[in-house]
Amino acid sequence: MKRVALLGMPNTGKSTLFNRISGASARVGNWPGITVDLMSAKILMGGHIAELIDLPGIYDLHGFSDDEQVVRHFLEHNAIDLVIIVLNSTQIDRQLSLALQIRALGLPSVLMLNMADEARRGSISIDIQAMSERIHMPVAMISAKYGEGFQAALTLAAQSIASSNMQLTLEQINSRLQADNVLEQEMESIVRDSVQMPAQLTDQTTERIDKVLLHPWLGLPIFFAAMYLLFQFIFTAGKPLQDGVAWLLQMLRGGVLEPMLAHVPTWLHGLLLDGIYNGVGTVASFVPIIILFFLIMSMVEDSGYLSRAAFLMDALMARLGLDGRGFVMMLMGFGCNVPALMGTRVMRSRNLRLLTMLVIPFSLCSARLQVFVFMTAILFTPQQAPLVLFTLYLMSFAAIFVSALIFKGRYANSEPFILELPPYRFPTPRQIVLRGWQEVGYFLRRATKFIVIGVVLVWVLTNFPSAAAPASNETFAGMIGSFMAPILTPIGIDTQLAIALIFGFVAKEIVIGSLAVIYGLQGDALMHLMAHKLDWVQGMSFMLFTLIYTPCLSTVATLRTESKSSAFMMLSIVWSLVLAWVVSFVFYQSARALGF
Amino acid sequence: MSSPLTTSLDNLHPGEKAAISSIHAEESLFQRLTALGFRAGKQIEMVRRASFNGPLHVRIGTTEIILRRSEAHRIQINTGL
Ligand SMILES: Nc1nc2c(ncn2[C@@H]2O[C@H](COP(=O)(O)OP(=O)(O)OP(=O)(O)O)[C@@H](O)[C@H]2O)c(=O)[nH]1
Ligand SMILES: [Mg+2]
Repeated sequence: MKRVALLGMPNTGKSTLFNRISGASARVGNWPGITVDLMSAKILMGGHIAELIDLPGIYDLHGFSDDEQVVRHFLEHNAIDLVIIVLNSTQIDRQLSLALQIRALGLPSVLMLNMADEARRGSISIDIQAMSERIHMPVAMISAKYGEGFQAALTLAAQSIASSNMQLTLEQINSRLQADNVLEQEMESIVRDSVQMPAQLTDQTTERIDKVLLHPWLGLPIFFAAMYLLFQFIFTAGKPLQDGVAWLLQMLRGGVLEPMLAHVPTWLHGLLLDGIYNGVGTVASFVPIIILFFLIMSMVEDSGYLSRAAFLMDALMARLGLDGRGFVMMLMGFGCNVPALMGTRVMRSRNLRLLTMLVIPFSLCSARLQVFVFMTAILFTPQQAPLVLFTLYLMSFAAIFVSALIFKGRYANSEPFILELPPYRFPTPRQIVLRGWQEVGYFLRRATKFIVIGVVLVWVLTNFPSAAAPASNETFAGMIGSFMAPILTPIGIDTQLAIALIFGFVAKEIVIGSLAVIYGLQGDALMHLMAHKLDWVQGMSFMLFTLIYTPCLSTVATLRTESKSSAFMMLSIVWSLVLAWVVSFVFYQSARALGF
Repeated sequence: MSSPLTTSLDNLHPGEKAAISSIHAEESLFQRLTALGFRAGKQIEMVRRASFNGPLHVRIGTTEIILRRSEAHRIQINTGL
C-alpha cells in the first residue's frame, strides 16, 4: 500500500484537504495547532490504494514541541511514497522555506498552494509553471475549502506517487537540514521570480473587525458580553427543544414500551424502563442542546477569534504563569476537556504544559453544561437560569485562576509567546453540519458505553437488596450514601445526590441519568420531584462540586498519557476534589449562615 | 555603537514601521521567529499594543503576529526608513 502524507505549516488547511480527499472528518479550525496527532484514511489515488495521513502543522523540520515531534517521529519511522506539501498562498513569501526543507530531504513531493480564494482577493498572483521549474516539483493552486482546482491537483498528486518509496533516518534528516540561510536566499529568489504580491495584504474586513474586538479597553468587556449572550441563546433556544425530546420519549414509554413489556418479570421491567430507558432517555433529551452548542462552537473555532482571545487575555495569563494559548485551550475545553488537553502539545516548555493541563479540567465542558441546564431549570426561574449558568462559567475561570496561582511556583517557566493571527473566516454550512454530526456520533458512542453501564449500576445499587424500598437508606446506594455522609452533609449533599456524584466521576452525563434512575422518574415528573426535594442552596452546592471535581475518566486517562506521569494525574484528581469540597463548603455554610 | 535610529521592537508605536536589523534569541526561538517571517531586512509594522503590558500585534508582509514585549525586546529594528 502506498503512503501519502500531508505536511505543512500550521493552519494552512491540511485537515480541510484531508477531509476533501478522503471524505473523513478530521477536526478543522482557524487556529494553528488544531491537529496534534496523526490521523489516517484509506483512499484510492491513481489506481493505487493509499493511506493518506494528516499530520500536525510544523514551522520547520527542527521540531522542538511535542506536536512537531509527532511529525519528526512519523518521518523517521515510515517509508513515504509522496509528501503533499500544503502552503497558504497568501503567505508564500515565508512558507516556501518549509517546502525547500522537505525537498532537501529528498522526499518525493508535490506542492499545493492552498487558499487560492484568499490569494485572489488579496491580488496575489503566482506563476505555477515558473515556480514548479525552480523548485523542481509539481505545483498546483487549490482551495481546499471551496474545492477550486482540486481535481487537477489530485491528478497531479497521483502522477507524482513515486515508484519507490523512501525511508529517512534521523541522521539523514539532521545532515540534510543544515544550510538554512542558503535555503532562505533561494526562497527569496523563487518568490521574486514567480510571485506577484502587494507589499502588504490589507484585508480590510479583518482589520475593521479587529479594531473593535481588540480595542484596548472594550476588547475584554466585549468578550464576556458575547459569551453571556451565547449561553443565554443556548439556554433559551435549547431548553424548549430538550423539553420536546423529553416529552416524546415519555410518550414512547407510555404508548409503546409499557404495553410491550407488560408481561416481563417486575425486576426486568424495572431494569429496562426505570433503569436504562429513564436514565439514557434523560441524557438523550440533551442531544439538541449539545448539537446547538457545538454548532456555535464550530463557528467560534473557525472564525479566528480564538487567537484574538489569546491576545486579550495573555497579560492576565502571564501573571498566572500561563499564556494566551492556555486560555484558548480553556475555551476549547468548554466543548470537551480531552482535545483541549491534547492541544497543549504546541507548548514547548514541559512546566508550562503541565500547569496548563492541571487547570484545563476546571473548564466547564458540554457534559457539565447538561447537568447545569437540567439543575438550573429545576431550581431557578427562566429569567434567573441563564444568569446562574453564566455565573458557573465565571466560577470555572475562577477555579482555573486560583489553581494556576497556587501551582505556578511549582511549574515555573519562561516559554516565549508568539502566535499567528489568521484573518477572520467563516465556516461553510457543510463544515458546520459535519461538526455537529460528529459530536452527535461521539455522544452516542459515549452513551452506549459509559452511560448504559453507569445507569444500570445505579439502578442495581438503588434497588437491592430487594427487600428495601427503592433508593431508601437500606439499599446499597443508601449504605454508600450514609458512609459518605460525614464528608457530604457539611456541603448539603444528601444520599441520593452522593450516588450521582460518585458515578459522575466516570462521565458527567451519568449524573443526570442516575438522578432519573434514583428518583425513578423522567421528564417533568422528575423535575417536579427534585424541585420539591432540593432547595437552591443545596442545588448550587451540588453544581459547584460537579463543576470543580474530576470531569470524567477520559480526562483522567488523557492527563496520564499526555503527562506520562501517574503522579501528575493523581495530583490533578486530589487537588480538584479538595478544591471542589472547599468551595462547596464555603458556599453552603455561608449561604445557610446568611439565612438562605 | 548603536545609531540613534536603532532600537528594539517593543519601543515601536502603533502605526509605525521599521526594518528588522537583527534578532537575538536562542536557537529554538530564533527558528520559530524565522519561520514566521522575522528576518533581517524585512519591514515590520506595529499594529497595536494590548493594555496592561500585554502582547504586541505586529505585521510583516501578509502575516500578522502577536508576541510578548519580552520577545519583541530581542528584535532590533531600524527606524530610519
Ligand atoms: N479561505 C480558505 N480557507 C481555508 C482553505 N482551506 C482551509 N481553510 C481554513 O483554514 C483554517 C485552517 O484549516 P485546517 O484544515 O484546520 O488547517 P490545518 O493545516 O489542518 O491546521 P493545523 O491542524 O492547526 O496545522 C480553517 O478555518 C479552514 O476553514 C481555503 O482553501 N480557503
Ligand atoms: Mg489540521
